[in-house]
Amino acid sequence: MIKFHHVTKEYPPRGKALDDVSFHIRKGEFAFLTGHSGSGKTTTLRLIHMSERPTDGEVRVSGFSSVRTSDREVWKIRRRVGYVFQDFRLLPGRTAAENVAFALEVTGTPRSAITPKVQRLLGQVGLSAKYGAAVEELSGGERQRVAIARALANDPLVLLADEATGNLDDRATRGVFDLVRQINAMGMAVLMATHDLDLIRRHPEIRLLELAHGRLVYDSETAEPGVPPTDASPLSRQIRTGVTGVGAP
Amino acid sequence: MMRYSLREAVAALRRAPVLVGLSATMVAMALFVVGLFGVAAYNLRVALASVEARVEIVAYLRDDARTTEVVLGQQELSDIPEVEEVRLVTKEQALAAARVDLPEFGDVFSGLDENPLPASLEIRLRPGSRTQDVLEDVAHQAQLYPFVEDVRFGRDWVERLFLLRRIGGFTTAFLGVAFGLVAALIIATAIRIAVFARRDEISIMRLVGARNGLIRRPFLLEGAVTGLAGAVLALALTFLSHELVTAFLFDIEFLPASWIVAGVLSGALFGIVASAWAVRRYLREV
Repeated sequence: MIKFHHVTKEYPPRGKALDDVSFHIRKGEFAFLTGHSGSGKTTTLRLIHMSERPTDGEVRVSGFSSVRTSDREVWKIRRRVGYVFQDFRLLPGRTAAENVAFALEVTGTPRSAITPKVQRLLGQVGLSAKYGAAVEELSGGERQRVAIARALANDPLVLLADEATGNLDDRATRGVFDLVRQINAMGMAVLMATHDLDLIRRHPEIRLLELAHGRLVYDSETAEPGVPPTDASPLSRQIRTGVTGVGAP
Repeated sequence: MMRYSLREAVAALRRAPVLVGLSATMVAMALFVVGLFGVAAYNLRVALASVEARVEIVAYLRDDARTTEVVLGQQELSDIPEVEEVRLVTKEQALAAARVDLPEFGDVFSGLDENPLPASLEIRLRPGSRTQDVLEDVAHQAQLYPFVEDVRFGRDWVERLFLLRRIGGFTTAFLGVAFGLVAALIIATAIRIAVFARRDEISIMRLVGARNGLIRRPFLLEGAVTGLAGAVLALALTFLSHELVTAFLFDIEFLPASWIVAGVLSGALFGIVASAWAVRRYLREV
């Protein structure tokens, strides 16, 4: 589904945002991606969405390669990848339904199919009652649900969440996270970039990837069973052992 | 998808009518200058064309020229593709014409024992062939006939005429391109502002996988409308100026229909090209 093969991303003159990163997310898998600010989480997600291209190495998403896919074809990948953000990125002055409909309209969905699909998507995220509500009237949790509904508009195969619960209170965070899990249970791969160590700690069954200074320093899938993470992966160590290591937030 | 582009373009025009209006006005000002130069250039062209139509080669014949040779020469010169007509003017016709054209010398002409004016072949070139090279070439061919005494075509003033025409053409083309570029820059700036105002929408469109063509199209339409409106306004201003000049100064001709259509379509084309440039730059940056 998503494959990083020795991926390096450099932003001259700042240096490397990602350095020789390799991992594989399978179809229907759920994974957390954690790391301090500037560790390369957002760059990883942008590379999957092909908003960026790697400086070196290859990113493969649902059969599309970052090396062989031209800029003219990138839209094909983006329709397979739903993307939600901490700041929701909804269009102001429009209703919840209009925000979701916009994604369908601009990707060529026939007019007659838009309204029923918007109703279904808003129902899926638990916002049927907010169909005609302006986004300004919605709570943070509701706005994120609208953003998720929009991300699902083109039936993607993978959902990327970039600190999607970062602006939400505990209750809204749980609600949004439960929704994302439901979506994952329906077969969609999810890669959730987050700082929220409590959220990760509550779900030890979910695969954990940690980035530090652009390098993949921990992957729970390849880690030796029973051996706790070391200081090289401080957040994973803190999450799995409760020990605050060097560089913990 | 086209319906979406049209609706978005109309919505954009409604959302920021002042911006679009100001852009169209500024474009109109730039194109108005082009229009004024167009009128001047067209009138210069008309004036030069009427002068140019009188350009002809006159081959003066020897008094002992045989009629059969002259008729044969006249036929051969007529067969040159660039030649429209070769007219034989006899000595008598030359004298009669001189009496009409130069009445102040009436006494001189009436007291003559012998007609001093030579017969001649007046050679007119086809329109489009009245260039200096062709004139010189045909004059040279006429000069080769043994019955031809001398050939004249006013080399000096023909050279000046063609120089004037070249200067006129170059000035019009240069100013047209310069002010056309000014118009294009104005449109590009306006479209960049419009693109910037809609950056959130564009970013969502890219996020969900809209094709670049769909993102660009409403802006191209907006640019075309701005350019078209500017061109129409410039045309109206140019027409008004023409009417004022004709009423109070002197009679001049207005632009021909083909120039008007080309000018208005160029306005729309400038709008599309300038918008395409502005959107392309923006999409590359985000």
